[in-house]
Amino acid sequence: MSAVHTDIGASDIRERAQRLIARKRNLAVAAPVLVLLYLGYIFFAFDVPGLMQRARMDNAAILLSDAVSYKTHVTRDNRHDTLSVSIEGSRRAVFPADSLPDWVTQEGERTSIFLPAGHVVTYDGPLVTYDLPDYGQIRVTVDDPITLVLPQPGPVPDFISASDSRVVITTPSGRVTVTRSRTDTFRYFWGWELFFFDLQSPFAGFTPAQVLAAAISTDRLDPALPNWQAIVRDVWTNGIWRHGEVFWAIMETALMAFLGTFGAAMIALPLAFMAAQNFAPSRALRFGVRRVFDFVRGVDALIFTIILSRAFGPGPMTGALAILITDTGSFGKLFSEALENTDKKQIEGVQSTGANALQRYRFGVIPQVMPVLISQVLYFLESNTRSATIIGAIVGGGIGLMLTQAIQTTSDWEKVTYYMILIVLLVIAMDTLSGWLRRRLIKGDGSGN
Amino acid sequence: MGFSMATVVPLLPRDIREEYMLLSNRRRMYSGIILVVFAALFISGFRIAEMRNAGGFADGFSRILDFPREVVVEAWEKAGNLPGHAANAFPALLETFNIAMVSTLVGCALGTFLALGGTRGLARWPRLVPVARRVSDLCRAVPEIVIALVLIFVMGGGPVPAMIAIALHTAGAQGKLFSEVNENVDLKPLEGLESVGASWWQRTWLGVFPQVMPNYLSYSLLRLEINIRASAILGFVGAGGIGYELRNAMTFGQGKFDEAAAIFLMLFATIVVVDQVSSWLRNGLTDGKGA
Repeated sequence: MSAVHTDIGASDIRERAQRLIARKRNLAVAAPVLVLLYLGYIFFAFDVPGLMQRARMDNAAILLSDAVSYKTHVTRDNRHDTLSVSIEGSRRAVFPADSLPDWVTQEGERTSIFLPAGHVVTYDGPLVTYDLPDYGQIRVTVDDPITLVLPQPGPVPDFISASDSRVVITTPSGRVTVTRSRTDTFRYFWGWELFFFDLQSPFAGFTPAQVLAAAISTDRLDPALPNWQAIVRDVWTNGIWRHGEVFWAIMETALMAFLGTFGAAMIALPLAFMAAQNFAPSRALRFGVRRVFDFVRGVDALIFTIILSRAFGPGPMTGALAILITDTGSFGKLFSEALENTDKKQIEGVQSTGANALQRYRFGVIPQVMPVLISQVLYFLESNTRSATIIGAIVGGGIGLMLTQAIQTTSDWEKVTYYMILIVLLVIAMDTLSGWLRRRLIKGDGSGN
Repeated sequence: MGFSMATVVPLLPRDIREEYMLLSNRRRMYSGIILVVFAALFISGFRIAEMRNAGGFADGFSRILDFPREVVVEAWEKAGNLPGHAANAFPALLETFNIAMVSTLVGCALGTFLALGGTRGLARWPRLVPVARRVSDLCRAVPEIVIALVLIFVMGGGPVPAMIAIALHTAGAQGKLFSEVNENVDLKPLEGLESVGASWWQRTWLGVFPQVMPNYLSYSLLRLEINIRASAILGFVGAGGIGYELRNAMTFGQGKFDEAAAIFLMLFATIVVVDQVSSWLRNGLTDGKGA
């Protein structure tokens, strides 16, 4: 250690360097240790062990399978002896009795339901039979109590759950539920049901080629309208997917972001002049305006959203105003910083030609700050599209509301998936649009106008 | 410029002036058109929004202060209760803060990996650069509320769904910001390290991180400010924390407004304190870098 001590300065420097390195090394060890300790505390504060037990993996499975498939219910009302076939059990998607799907046949009292892999279910009065090719015929009779007869001796197999009031048979091909009041058979299909045409539409069940052929054909399926208009109308008013309403909801969300962002920018620009050191007419005013910006940013979108939805009621304007107020604070701060960074020389140059105050701002200041301002406003536009979904969920407008409603019913996961895809597409579209505008406008403005 | 280059005869001052006037008139016209289109979009957009709103603008504007007044009056009458309500809501506030803190930590760590994987010249596997970029784009595009609500369905309530949702979004956002920082990294230290046989990890740890750390930390602190707000707002739609308490106090309506006021005040104070501390720390970081 002390072998090379020739002069005090060098050893001094060395000691200092070693101290610095030691400090850095300590920090490099201490910071991760602190983070780990904090995460350890969080592990218990957030009750992660309990969460692992509470997590409903079956819910996750329902969510995933429901997001990509749907089921058709064949339901027999055992009290009134009536049969109905509907998609997802929805009253809006009941097949008319004269055009049942081809895998359901009726002969008098007897209904046969053909499931994949050769499974057949029949309803014959109170008797329900389920033919499994490898197993035999399961017979269930609706009575008090419900009786179950298995084709093979031995205990009831795992895929059947039976009690006196309820028998459920679950196989990969489908599911049969028998209770005293009703018998239900579910058959599962891939995809999203009736995405384009609901069952009220004359085009229901058409293949894309058939739709195209119908669109150019002059035989009107609906006498009131040419076919292509009827097609557009039926898709637009689809009773299950409600494409028209979803379109409006998406537009509302985009509108909230657009109005909020640009409205805030327009209000913040004059205020920013009052808050910028080099333009403020008086120190007191500057101080006051700055505190207003700080206050508005501190109060936060959540609180504004609550206050405004009390005053204006649910809808897109409320959401737009909430975004507007919150962003006025952020824009005011950003804009006044940009104004403080302007170059005096340009303003003096304009002034030397005899320009008045307004002209000085217009030709000396605005061209300098415009690129910064526009790029910030456009960046906010994209991020506000995302905020508008969540604000919409609170104020009750736009796609955010539809999404939360669809999630709360916990059965329409295909719709949740649909809305999620639309939201992501909307955000990407706004991102692309704002990037494109930024490139065009800033290039145009940089050249001096 | 292309115009004057093409003409062989030198331009007279009068021509130059005419050309300039023409150019500036045309530009003024374009700006005017853009302005008119923008104004038309804005005004018609506002009218549509007002039409689809439950209450009109003019009507609501006069009532804008009614609710704050109600809350303030009630809170004033029961001012003695405020400390008690604040103490009751403190665990929820802590939960909101913890959600923001953990999601910032986790998200920034993930974002660091995404940024390293998505920067040309620094990535361990150069072929995966577009993949890392698309992943961070996607994480950024999905709003937090979507992930949070789906996870609440699977995991039940509590802070973890919100934490995961915010962390994923943070990862995407930081992945982009960090990779912009990475692009300005001086490659000379990396070449030096490579020449002495350093592995990719050693090069990154010793060559990249010391250069980018101040910027990373500064962006992470900014993100913490954003995440505090996100965590409060997610609570309001059902993800626990102070937002949830606030909604409960609000839905109860009159008679519980003192509780709502206490929560408002705490949330406001927390946001202001976090913003101030973060801006103080960030100033320290940039000063240290400059010295």
